[in-house]
Amino acid sequence: MITVTVDGKQVELQPGATLWQAAEAAGVGIPVLCHDPRLRPVGVCRLCLVELADGTLIPSCCTPAANGVSFRTATDRIRDHRRMLLRLLLATHRIPCLAQQSTGSCLLEQLGVEYGLLDGHGRPADPALIELRTLALSEAPVDDSSPAILVDHAACILCDRCIRACDEVQCNDVIGRSGKGFETRIAFDLGAPMGHSSCVTCGECVQVCPTGALVERRMAETVRRDEPLRVVASVCPYCGVGCTTDYIKAGPRIVAVRGRPSPGSDGRLCVKGRYGWDYALHPHRLTTPLIRRPGYYPKGPLTADTRGDTWDGGRRKPGSPVPDYEQALEAFREASWQEALDLIAERLQEIRRRYGTRALAGFGSAKCSNEEAYLFQKLVRAGFGNNNVDHCTRLCHASSVAALLECIGSGAVTNSFRDVDRTDLILVTGSNTVENHPVAATFFKQAVRRGKRLLVVDPRRPRLADYATWYCRIQPGSDVAFYNALMHVLIRDRLYDEEFVRRRVRGFESFWEVVQHYAPQRAAPLCGIPAAQLEEIAHAIGTARAMMVFWGMGISQHTHGTDNARCLIALCLLTGNVGRPGTGLHPLRGQNNVQGASDAGLIPMVYPDYQPVADPEVRSRFEEAWGVSLDPKPGLTVVETMNAALSGEVKGMLMMGENPFLSDPNVNKVRAALAKLEFLAVQDIFLTETAEFADVILPSASFFEKLGTYTNTDRRVQLGRPVLDPPGQARPDWMILSELLERFGIPADYESPEKIFREFADLTRSYRGLNYDVLGLDGKIWPVERPDAPERPILFADRFPTADGKGKLVGCHYAPPAELPDADYPFVLNTGRMLEHWHTGTMTRRSATLATLAPTPYVEINRDDAEALGVAEGDFVRVSSRRGTVVLAVRPTDRVAQGCVFIPFHFREAAANLLTIDELDPYGKIPEYKFCAVRIEPAPRPEG
Amino acid sequence: MATDFEPVLLANVGVPDSQRLEVYRQRGGYRALEKTLREYSPEEVVELVVQSKLRGRGGAGFPCGMKWKFLPKDRTVTYLCVNADESEPGTFNNRILMENDPHQVLEGIAIAAYATRAQTAYIYIRYEYVRAYETLQQAINEAYEAGILGERVLGSDFSLNVYLHRGAGAYICGEETGLIESLEGKRGWPRTKPPYPAVEGVFRKPTVVNNVETLCCVKHIMDRGVDWFLSIGVPADPNNPRDLGSYGPKLYCVSGHVNRPGCYELPLGVPCRELIERYGGGVRGGKRAKAVIPGGLSMGFLKEDELDTPLDFNSLQKVGCLGLGTAAVVVFDEDTSIVELLHRSCRFFAHESCGQCTPCREGTGWMYRILTRILHGEGRIEDLDLLLELADSMGIIPGTTICGLADGAAWPVKTAIRKFRDEFEAFIRSGSRLTAASSGSAAGEAS
Repeated sequence: MITVTVDGKQVELQPGATLWQAAEAAGVGIPVLCHDPRLRPVGVCRLCLVELADGTLIPSCCTPAANGVSFRTATDRIRDHRRMLLRLLLATHRIPCLAQQSTGSCLLEQLGVEYGLLDGHGRPADPALIELRTLALSEAPVDDSSPAILVDHAACILCDRCIRACDEVQCNDVIGRSGKGFETRIAFDLGAPMGHSSCVTCGECVQVCPTGALVERRMAETVRRDEPLRVVASVCPYCGVGCTTDYIKAGPRIVAVRGRPSPGSDGRLCVKGRYGWDYALHPHRLTTPLIRRPGYYPKGPLTADTRGDTWDGGRRKPGSPVPDYEQALEAFREASWQEALDLIAERLQEIRRRYGTRALAGFGSAKCSNEEAYLFQKLVRAGFGNNNVDHCTRLCHASSVAALLECIGSGAVTNSFRDVDRTDLILVTGSNTVENHPVAATFFKQAVRRGKRLLVVDPRRPRLADYATWYCRIQPGSDVAFYNALMHVLIRDRLYDEEFVRRRVRGFESFWEVVQHYAPQRAAPLCGIPAAQLEEIAHAIGTARAMMVFWGMGISQHTHGTDNARCLIALCLLTGNVGRPGTGLHPLRGQNNVQGASDAGLIPMVYPDYQPVADPEVRSRFEEAWGVSLDPKPGLTVVETMNAALSGEVKGMLMMGENPFLSDPNVNKVRAALAKLEFLAVQDIFLTETAEFADVILPSASFFEKLGTYTNTDRRVQLGRPVLDPPGQARPDWMILSELLERFGIPADYESPEKIFREFADLTRSYRGLNYDVLGLDGKIWPVERPDAPERPILFADRFPTADGKGKLVGCHYAPPAELPDADYPFVLNTGRMLEHWHTGTMTRRSATLATLAPTPYVEINRDDAEALGVAEGDFVRVSSRRGTVVLAVRPTDRVAQGCVFIPFHFREAAANLLTIDELDPYGKIPEYKFCAVRIEPAPRPEG
Repeated sequence: MATDFEPVLLANVGVPDSQRLEVYRQRGGYRALEKTLREYSPEEVVELVVQSKLRGRGGAGFPCGMKWKFLPKDRTVTYLCVNADESEPGTFNNRILMENDPHQVLEGIAIAAYATRAQTAYIYIRYEYVRAYETLQQAINEAYEAGILGERVLGSDFSLNVYLHRGAGAYICGEETGLIESLEGKRGWPRTKPPYPAVEGVFRKPTVVNNVETLCCVKHIMDRGVDWFLSIGVPADPNNPRDLGSYGPKLYCVSGHVNRPGCYELPLGVPCRELIERYGGGVRGGKRAKAVIPGGLSMGFLKEDELDTPLDFNSLQKVGCLGLGTAAVVVFDEDTSIVELLHRSCRFFAHESCGQCTPCREGTGWMYRILTRILHGEGRIEDLDLLLELADSMGIIPGTTICGLADGAAWPVKTAIRKFRDEFEAFIRSGSRLTAASSGSAAGEAS
């Protein structure tokens, strides 16, 4: 510890602390403009100067405190200096600036008042300031080219916070400075208007801006000066990173979202988290229960897009991002909750009576809370009486989880994503992290800048590849060959961790039996990576002190997805990269609560906490807890359920927040299956494509309107708090489920989500020690068996949760994807997501900012292929597979290899899943979204 | 004093083909390097330079040996950075050395690199110095071919690679950490110190940054000995422990309204008047000098009655100037408008401020705008005090900026207004207005 004297007051500090931190510790505030504790100190505003004993002035934010140093923070000299500085800055400042006008939050103007340069009304009062302002040049107009952010150079004080936030925190490198001296301006790219630059609208710059130079458009345009602001601490509703948020409210309205500092996301957000919340206010929100009118039977799609008569360039409602609402609504009449709920219970029970318990099924959602997921599976298991409950995890990481359970006995991530700070080598494969887990990606990019090596393996070049030490564009679907080759070299050259393998792994010999056939020379033509590079990478992995593996849908969404994941697990087991800091297996979770929904038992084979339904001991425990007898047979998975609906085995379904119409493969088949259901009830926030097939639709409260817990990709359980009131009669899903449970004879008098959480946690080991108080603001990483237990972010330091405590190496042979390109369908189609949108677009396409940023569907096609087809940027093409056809605009790019195309699946008017194949991985039952054969032909621009 | 001084640094200037290695060697070139490599350990060279009391010639006058000694003992990599960005208005001594005697520069670099155990030296040369760049590159090529650079310099165990790097025309890149940033390919922004370059310099490794002339002095110290060096110049005042003395020869650049502008090598401490009269040939047209810049624009102004001040490291502060600077003397005759001159000065610094620190970015800008207003006949007497207040509040001396550019911008303002206040007030009161045409003469030569 060192001792520092601040204004005569002694404080003790850790060595390395700055003078500014010393002052903080002493309770002395030093004004700053350029400094933000989250950013690297640069000391450019010079407002934080302090005076040393010898009279030297020195910036406190970037000066390390020497032991025994003494300084003063507010001498006359310092105050004079600060006055001069503020005078100079205020001389060219727009007074009041947009931040001051709206929320009174301009730090410069606040200091101006404090230092007597501005009067109580914020008007210039200092004679020299008034004089200087007469000399100021005319102000440039506000740059309003971005849909979300206003840029006012006249309010900019060049503190460089935005530059550091953009370059060093988010690592987007968009903002810099142009000009020098007095002519300096912050600049986007090479001085483009913000909205035309490469800015990804993460808003980090706005969050750090101390003045009105970068302001939230909504805030500037809607908040009045005297309006009190309120902050609600919650989390983001979008991806599995689970960023912590502060929702800023003026009256009943949300006016802005800020990243809330926390151990997970560190206060960062992406464009969806910051600007994508306004779907909750969209006029399409369901506000009352709806019952299908008799005239709309037999059931079928209600709108043109859902009918599928627009896919081929036919009629389309101009510019509509979402279903033709009025058209769909006509088919339903308003009903009371009582009537709607009674009808659902009655019809489902009738089907059960007539066709048997297994004729019912339910899809829950990874967008709902843990409490709701728990109640939903309880309703299906205890109420419907079977295990036909699944959710979209089936479509994302089912294969990963299958492989993880098989090889190491647990499907959870072993280390948190921020452990990249402690690793040597980061392997990111099949993950477009920058767009799909943007905030996690910022930590990866930062780690690379700090000297970590990054290996990116992906057939479609992700933006993260720009940061990679090695980028391997493997042939689509050749992952097994690629990783087998690496492991071949690791074993051949004895670079694997022999000690770890001896102590903690079994199956080495039989594993070698497989990978011995994958010498780099042999694997190279299969995966498209030169043998020499395979050798080099294998050696880098073998000699790295620690390696972390992150993967996404590019690994899992294949008919051999489980094999892909087995390879990654084997790679970590072979090299001893599990159970230590900076190591581990991290399948990046897609939905905000896909981890939690799985933990809570929204899986057909397991009860909460992965306890098998087939295990009689487990089952009897749940029978006792729920007071009913339970079906021992594991239920149907998502695609199996749809098949069963088509074949008539499943007749009645309850759908909570899922939209299989757009999210499941082979839409034409899903359409037929949904239409064939005798009874479908949907609880959702919007009338989705799937809901067009419903008999009853229940209006749910959105994420922002309810309390509940969500478990992120790090296994961190966090509280989401209500920010808005539900519209109309909408109710939280947990209330709806409670009502249905009661109607199925299961007592469910939960007065709050907390009570549901208690019941759920008590039935698990991983959540047992958790309650809402323990979660607090930062959340907690499970397993937590006792409330006072320390967090265990790293799992399996000593043993794996398998019978013998060992991990298992499972060798897999390379097998080609299900549908290879041929003369008729010569291109390989890859599908996935884009930064601005979420899954089926239900939410994001109803967010004004996000829909403006990314309004229309497109197909990425290699530049050379585009040239060969004679199509250019913006031209339309018809993309057809053996299952369907879509028409959409072309985006020529180098991101996809020749012979490959990519379509984001968010757009109903060109639904990628009309084309995809519904072939499944035999273990994880996950469809092969990432590979099918398509044909491309130029097409006329669709009308409308 | 200067009468019998035989040039050392400029000894080869004017000799036919002085740039060529062959000629340089015939005239005793690389003798000092050979001797150094043969007879001295690096530590001994450092010690000799410490003893010589050589102070940096780039402007700040920091003791060269002490700078070298700041390098961490346990370092594994050291870089030598040669500051050839000579952009201080009025200064051209490095150019003379590089254009006429490039091997002298390289010999100094090699000795300094040996002393500091640097195996890589970067010469950061001002973009506008096209001839110096070409000459130096030619000399580097010759030196590589002759085994003076590259692996095993002159057969010793010492290896050295020298790279010539051209700047892009920014004054701020003459500041040593701005130079380093620029060399690394970044915007030339001075770094917050500490850490000083000796600890974290180029690529965050220990680095020495020396001026071209300083390194040439090193060569002669090794050639002629410490005692020779100490016998030249102005000894330290024994009663002033902070006076480190002004030893050795110095290149003085004389320009402006003089009859014989040029670069003159003289012992440190030559009085300004003597330099102008005897070497510069006196003020042009038989006029009197009104103001003189003693060491580059950023040092501020001397009045005529201050011209007897010796041009050494210690005396100029006594007459209100910032220091000796680059010893570039610019003379302005009695017809020069000081208002106009200061306007030019302010324009220069406003243009060259990197914009990083608020006081400098805003301060230089506002000083320029205020001067512009004065020049347009719309000034107010209070403007002078505002200018002084601004000038007094910016720079590393008051402690408000990262680097010294703001001091350099402030000193001309402070000295001009304090020493020529009557002229400013008269100008403002008269409501005169200078036209663009008439403002093109005197100050133009200073920028």
